[in-house]
Amino acid sequence: MKKLAIIIKPGMFEKVKNVLTEAGIHGLNYREIRGFGRQRGHKEVYRGTIMQVDCLPKIQVDVVVHDEALEKILDLVVTAVRTGQVGDGKIFVTDIQDAVRIRTGERGDAAL
Amino acid sequence: MNGADTGYIIICAAMVMVMTPALALFYGGLVRSRNVLSTTMHSYACLGLITVLWALVGYTLAFGDDVGGIIGNFAYIFLRGVEGTAAPAAEQLPHTVFMGFQCMFAVLTVALVSGAYAERIRFSAMLLFSGLWLIFVYAPMAHWVWGGGWMAKLGAVDFAGGAVVHMASGAAALACAKALGPRLSLEEGIVPNNLPLTLLGGGLLWFGWFGFNAGSALAAGALAGQALMTTHLATACGILGWMLVEWKRTGKPTTLGVVSGALAGLVAITPAAGFVGLLSAMVIGFAGGIFCYGGVLLKSKFGYDDALDVVGIHGVGGTWGALATGLFAVASVNEVNGLFFGNPYQLWAQFVSVAGTWIFVFVASRVLLYIVDAAVGLRVTPDAEFTGLDLSEHNERGYTL
Repeated sequence: MKKLAIIIKPGMFEKVKNVLTEAGIHGLNYREIRGFGRQRGHKEVYRGTIMQVDCLPKIQVDVVVHDEALEKILDLVVTAVRTGQVGDGKIFVTDIQDAVRIRTGERGDAAL
Repeated sequence: MNGADTGYIIICAAMVMVMTPALALFYGGLVRSRNVLSTTMHSYACLGLITVLWALVGYTLAFGDDVGGIIGNFAYIFLRGVEGTAAPAAEQLPHTVFMGFQCMFAVLTVALVSGAYAERIRFSAMLLFSGLWLIFVYAPMAHWVWGGGWMAKLGAVDFAGGAVVHMASGAAALACAKALGPRLSLEEGIVPNNLPLTLLGGGLLWFGWFGFNAGSALAAGALAGQALMTTHLATACGILGWMLVEWKRTGKPTTLGVVSGALAGLVAITPAAGFVGLLSAMVIGFAGGIFCYGGVLLKSKFGYDDALDVVGIHGVGGTWGALATGLFAVASVNEVNGLFFGNPYQLWAQFVSVAGTWIFVFVASRVLLYIVDAAVGLRVTPDAEFTGLDLSEHNERGYTL
């Protein structure tokens, strides 16, 4: 099992959710985060005072997938949200050791 | 007494009253979310405290019989003799209506100062300072200009409060910003918590300002109509002036810039509203927008933390408006000619009133702040400041989303 931490622009969440659902994912969660990458932040101006805002709002979608589905899902997500501009986001992939479905006690891949 | 004038001024008084809650919205949106209620509270507290103090002593000090050009006597102390008579200053109005109309100006002026000390003042200090300031600064200022005091005798004119309301609140704001020192967390960048609130407040201020300026004619006639339209045109031009310099300097026009430019235009035309022609009003408003944009940049140059730009907008705009009255006033509108219409003395009189207002109000405010600091302490503790005044001073939160 692999965990994907998909960091995207706030407006892209629906697209990601849709392609993940089409790919057969049964569950995910997301949170609103702030941060910066190469895009850095943006300029805001209040009454002539210029302010550099470094950390922009982003959405992080966390989803755990079967090993064999990984490449296909990465492909689907990247295609769905890529605009070609800096600030499109990143996906971090990590190994998941185990999983438990609390209702039935199933373990590992069966619990996803 | 006259029914039409009385009805008109009653409505104008209500419109000026609305300006204080409007100011609460305007200021409330500009601070950080942890101070939105305390900033709003500063205006609402003035509606309570200043109204009562005005009725008991403020009115008589401002509009009682002149004592040496300095202050009014105690003829109307505790509103003695006010009920059931005509106003000596405006025979067409019941005395109660004139007193009430002036009361709304006093409340608003004291509330305007709160923009300077927002986000760090102790609430008890704010109340004490506001009460003292009404009696020892506002009442004499109103007397000097409108109550037959030395500025009036000098020939300086101020239609609706360029000196009494705007320069005075600006000079007091400068004193407050210097006495309190800057907010502790300036380096985190102060981003307004709710600009739509500020924009709504600004629009309501504009509405109320028609009562403020046109109502200052004190009668429902041609002069009120003149003031209505000088006010509206100057405000429109204030928007354009601010937008223009902002677009050039930082690349994009902003909504906060537009509402600030409107306010700058309103402030600038206030002393001139019933003395100048309509085209002059447009010039005054446009220049007001540009000057006040420069005004709000002063604080970073000189290092005082006037949190919500009372000095930059009301101080600078009021000063420009008072001087502009000495330039653009024309007797065909209202008895007085300015420099451009052949009367250089008027500009001199306006200049003296500007210098007198700044010096008196700044010095007197510093003295009052010193007393208040010694009595109750001006600033909240650093811990309370980081927590926010909403919780530390009022046990409330503005947003629980």
